[in-house]
Amino acid sequence: MAISVDSPEESRKLCQSQGYTFPFLSDPNAATIRAYGVLHPHAGEDGHDIARPAEFLVDRTGTIRWENLTENLLARLRPETVSHVLDGMLADGAVRGK
Amino acid sequence: MLGYNQFRGVIVKRRWNWLVWLGFAMAILAAYSYLFLFIRFPITRDFPWVNLTLFLVAGCLLGVGLYRAFAQPGQYRGRVSGPILAVLSLGILGLFYYGTFYLARHLPPGENALRVGQPAPDFALADIDGRMVTLSQLRQGKRAVLLIFYRGYW
Repeated sequence: MAISVDSPEESRKLCQSQGYTFPFLSDPNAATIRAYGVLHPHAGEDGHDIARPAEFLVDRTGTIRWENLTENLLARLRPETVSHVLDGMLADGAVRGK
Repeated sequence: MLGYNQFRGVIVKRRWNWLVWLGFAMAILAAYSYLFLFIRFPITRDFPWVNLTLFLVAGCLLGVGLYRAFAQPGQYRGRVSGPILAVLSLGILGLFYYGTFYLARHLPPGENALRVGQPAPDFALADIDGRMVTLSQLRQGKRAVLLIFYRGYW
């Protein structure tokens, strides 16, 4: 799922325009963003704190199994990278299949 | 514009130095095509090699155009427009470089983030319908959950 400081209304507009069907969660005061250590202070509108782009893969026990912290806004995670990582983890038995 | 041709000793019409103008147009295209086209594809977005190549082509066109303007001033125009267009093109390249290589990489270091192997802190956040969603609830019955933090549109 996706997490940002956007309001639910703003996320709804994004989901509708892009056809996203996975959950979009709203973290308006960036508490969760801060808890994961991915805050980008004062980078938003009017100097608001926002999230830096980051992805975490959490297994069913609640442990972070993989993460991606880009150093370049333009170089984003590709879906095939995630499926590749998941396949590798399934093979390792780190994440049991359903 | 009429110019004096030293070889023939007659007044001739000097030719339009289209290379400098094409070079300038190429520099604009090199910058704009990233924003409107090449940013859509990961292979041309992650590193803007297509656009840097277009800038190189622009530089070559401007270089040849400037050479013509100054080495054959009797035949070609562009001794004023050429340098102006070259400086403007350099400015466009500078802005492009600043945006893609500096601004886009101006992110807080990844070292601040939670590490692999650490527990993922639980959260309760509202979805687009205003329903509260927790991580522990999301993990139920799934092999893994991918959390994507993004900058948002505010």
